[in-house]
Amino acid sequence: MSDQDKRGDSNGVSMKTAEIFVAAVFVIFGLAVAIDSYRLGAQWGTDGPQSGYFPFYIGVMIVAASLVTLVQAVFGKTQGGGLFVEWQALKPVLAVLIPAAFYVLAVQLIGIYIGSAVYIAGFMVWLGNYTWPKAAAISGAVIVSLYLMFEIWFQVPLFKGSYDLLQLIGL
Amino acid sequence: MEEINALFHGFAVVLTPFNLVLMMVGIVLGVIIGVLPGLGGANGVAILLPLTFTMPPTSAIIMLSCIYWGALFGGAITSILFNIPGEPWSVATTFDGYPMAQQGRAGEALTGAFTSSFVGALVAVVMITFLAPLVARFALQFGSAEFFSVYLLTFCSFIGMGKGSPWKTLASMMLGFGLAAVGMDTVTGSLRLTFGWSELMRGFDFLIAVIGLFGIGEILLSMEEGLSFSGKSAKIDTRIVLDTWKKLPKYWLTSLRSCLIGCWMGITPGGATPASFMSYGVAKRMSRDGRKFGTGQLEGVVAPETAAHAAGTSALLPMLALGIPGSPTAAVLLGGLLIWGLQPGPLLFVEQKDFVWGLIASMYLGNLAGLIVVLTCVPLFAAILRIPFSIIAPVIIVICAIGAYTVHNAMLDIWFMLLFGIIGYVFKKLDYPLAPMVLALVLGDRAEENFRRAMLDSQGNLGIFFSNGLVGGITALSLVLLFWPLLSKLIARARGN
Repeated sequence: MSDQDKRGDSNGVSMKTAEIFVAAVFVIFGLAVAIDSYRLGAQWGTDGPQSGYFPFYIGVMIVAASLVTLVQAVFGKTQGGGLFVEWQALKPVLAVLIPAAFYVLAVQLIGIYIGSAVYIAGFMVWLGNYTWPKAAAISGAVIVSLYLMFEIWFQVPLFKGSYDLLQLIGL
Repeated sequence: MEEINALFHGFAVVLTPFNLVLMMVGIVLGVIIGVLPGLGGANGVAILLPLTFTMPPTSAIIMLSCIYWGALFGGAITSILFNIPGEPWSVATTFDGYPMAQQGRAGEALTGAFTSSFVGALVAVVMITFLAPLVARFALQFGSAEFFSVYLLTFCSFIGMGKGSPWKTLASMMLGFGLAAVGMDTVTGSLRLTFGWSELMRGFDFLIAVIGLFGIGEILLSMEEGLSFSGKSAKIDTRIVLDTWKKLPKYWLTSLRSCLIGCWMGITPGGATPASFMSYGVAKRMSRDGRKFGTGQLEGVVAPETAAHAAGTSALLPMLALGIPGSPTAAVLLGGLLIWGLQPGPLLFVEQKDFVWGLIASMYLGNLAGLIVVLTCVPLFAAILRIPFSIIAPVIIVICAIGAYTVHNAMLDIWFMLLFGIIGYVFKKLDYPLAPMVLALVLGDRAEENFRRAMLDSQGNLGIFFSNGLVGGITALSLVLLFWPLLSKLIARARGN
C-alpha cells in the first residue's frame, strides 16, 4: 500500500475500499438477477423468448462489467488514490441521513403528518439550536399547511401510519 | 405552412384561463425548486407528477413543463448570488457569475443569464416546432426492430461517448434495466426478481428512483461541502436590465454557438449539464477575452446558460417524436405521458395533435413568462435561501417523502427513496453515471417489449436488426459507438506506428 493509501485510511474511507465494496455489491446483484432469470427460463421457448431471457443477459452483463471494475480497483490505481470521503465530511452527511432514516421509520409508525412534525421540530432543536416552542410553532405551521394542501385541496390522502394518532383528534 | 397552423391551434389550446394559471403556478414552483438544493428539475417534476393525475393531460404537461422552465431559470439565481449551483447544469454559471456578483454586478449577471436562457430556449423551441413533425413523420415507418435499434443507439452512445469508465456506465445502465425488470412480466404474467416478496410485484417506479437519486442524493452530497447560505444581494431595476441588454448583442456569435451545442446535446443523450460545460469551454477558447474567463466576464455567463436551456428544451424533441428522452427530466416527463395513457412517439403527432401542439405553444409562452417572472422577482426567490438550513433541510426531505408516497400510495416507496438516495450519493462520488440508469429504468420495459416483438417477427433470428437499410444502419452505428473507446485506442495506436 502506498503512503497515500495509508494516510487515507486514517482520515476517512479510502476510494479503493469504496470502489471494491460497490463493485462487489454489483457482482452479487448481477448474480442474483442472472440466477433468478435462469430459474424462470432464459432460453427460447415455444412461442418466443422465455420470461427470463432478457433479464438473464442483463445479469450477466452486470457481473461482467463489475468484475472488470473490481479487478481494476484491486490491482489498478484508483482515481488519483485519495479518499472516498473524509470522516470530517461524513459527519454532516450522517447528520442528515440518520435522522432521515428515523423519520421514515416514524412515518411508518405514526404517519406522514405527525412524523413530519416531529422530524422538523426535532431537527430544528438538535441541529439548529432552536427552542422547543419556536420549533413546534414552525413545524406545526408547515404541517397544517401540508394538511390543507393535500387532504383538502388536492384530495390526496397521505399515509396515517400503523398507529393513526390523528384519529384521536377526529381527523 | 402546416406547422404554423398547428402551432396557432396549439396557442388556442393553451390560452384558456385554467391553463394560464397553471402555467404561472408551474413557473413559480419551478423557480423555487430550482433555487432549493435537493429539489432539482427532474426531482421536482417527479414529486409533483402524481398531483397532476386528476388534471387533463394537456393541462398537466403544461404545468409540468413550466415547472421545468422555472427550474432552468432558478438554477442560475443561486449560482450567481450564492455560488451554489441549484442545478447540475448551473455549475458552469458559477464560474463567472459569482465573481460578477462579488464585484457588485449581480444584476448584470442575472439579467445576462436569464436573457441568454430565454434565447437558448426560444431557438430550441423553434427548432422543435419545425423539426419534430418531420422526425415523427419519418418515424411512422418504424417497426419494433427499428425502435429497438434506436434504443440500442441511445444506450450505446452513453457507453461509447460518456467520459469515465465505460464499465461503470454499463453496470449502472444494466442496473437500471434490472430494476425495470422487477415485478410482473406483462407478456407471460410471471413474477421476476421478486424473490418471493409480494411488495415487489409493483416493481420499482422510476419516479421513486429519481426522487431518491437526484433529491436525497443531492442533499447528502451538498452536506459534505457544508452549507452556508450567505449570498450577495441583488437588485434588478429597469436601468440595469436595459444596460445589460445593450451589451448582450456583442456576444451574438457566442450565443449562436452555444445554441447549436445545446440543441445538439439535448437531442442526443447528453443533456443540459454537459452542454453547459462544453459551451463554456468552447467560448473560453474562442473568445477574444478568453483568458479573463473566471474573473467575471458576462460572456462566461451567456455561454453556459444559453447552451443549458437550449439543451434542456431540445431534449423534449426526441421525447415527443420518438419516445426517447434526451435528459433525466425529459425521462420523467416521458414517464408521465405513459402514466396518462399517451404513447410518446410518432403516433402522438397524429393522434394527439391538441396535446403536442398545446405543449409546444406553452413552451413559447412559458419561456417568455418565465423571463418576466425571474427578472421581476429575484430578491424574493433569493430570500428563500436565507431561511435557516435547519428548517429548510427537513422540509425538503418531508416534501421528497410525500412525493415518493403519492406515486403509488405505498409506504415502502419512501424506504426505497431513502435507499436510492444513498445509492445516488455513492454513485456520484464513485463516478457511476446516473443518467443511463434512470433512462434504462424508464425505457427498460419498452425496450424489452420491442426486442421481444422483433424477435417474434423474425422467429429468433437476430438478423432482423440488419434486415433493411434503416435498421441495419442504426444498429451498425450503435455497435460502432459501443466499441468506440476501444476503436479509438486502436486507431491511435495504428496512427502512432
